[in-house]
Amino acid sequence: MTTSAEQLETFLQRVPYVRFLGMRAELAGDEMTAILPFAPHLVGNSFIQALHGGVIGAFLEMTALAQLSVAQPSPRVHKTIDITIEYLRPGRALTSYARADLRKVGRRIANVHVEAWQDDRAQPFAALRGHFLLSAAG
Amino acid sequence: MTEIPDLVRQMAEHMATTVPQAASLGFKLVSVGVGRGSIQAPWREDLVGDPDTQVIAGGVVTSLLDHTCGLAMASAAGTEAFSTATLDLRIDYMRAAAPRAGVVAEAHCYKLTRTIGFVRAEAWDVDKSDLIATAQAAFVLNRPRAAAPTA
Repeated sequence: MTTSAEQLETFLQRVPYVRFLGMRAELAGDEMTAILPFAPHLVGNSFIQALHGGVIGAFLEMTALAQLSVAQPSPRVHKTIDITIEYLRPGRALTSYARADLRKVGRRIANVHVEAWQDDRAQPFAALRGHFLLSAAG
Repeated sequence: MTEIPDLVRQMAEHMATTVPQAASLGFKLVSVGVGRGSIQAPWREDLVGDPDTQVIAGGVVTSLLDHTCGLAMASAAGTEAFSTATLDLRIDYMRAAAPRAGVVAEAHCYKLTRTIGFVRAEAWDVDKSDLIATAQAAFVLNRPRAAAPTA
């Protein structure tokens, strides 16, 4: 029997791209907070030192997948079907946080909303809505 | 085929390769045209999203599509100085890329108003007729003269 924390750690450690981003996560009960420290290679606009839109989207998508790995443990990585990313404010050169809300987890498909913020939880800078194809439980 | 000004070509080269995120992913400019752009992202071990299959991460494809859409926006605006911000980006993933395969994206800014650009993009690994992902994006165009006085 593995704990949720172990499942999450396994997911984060196994995916090379998670390390490329420099993303980590903390678990409080079943609620996960994903954390993305600022790093120079994540910048998309050097003039204002803003995070790349693709990085923001990727961080939100990985947050959804990480939360799903806790809620629906599987030896395989769940698959993204579609995502819509909304950009609300520039992602500044600060640590970013994100939390995923599993709106519906069916037998095969999950609907997930994710919101990301930096220094103020009430001022999100990006959001994601997406569908994910669930891999079989291990 | 409309001739592309050298300045736009230089801007495209700069965008595709020297933006920090683009450089760290090893992006290469494939082509640029009026309102069009194409960029390639090579496969790399540290960019794998599924260790069981060695397939490149969806996040890399997200960055590539966002960046290629931005390039199409920039080439649609021509030599005018401006900055853009992504409003929204929708990506549909048709299938996983082939194991250890890089990805190419091609974007078309099919409408540019004074303030907004609408862009569609496609991505494939091996064969352009067998896509791995499509994208639809809207960008805000910040022209210098339209800049807010507080900026």
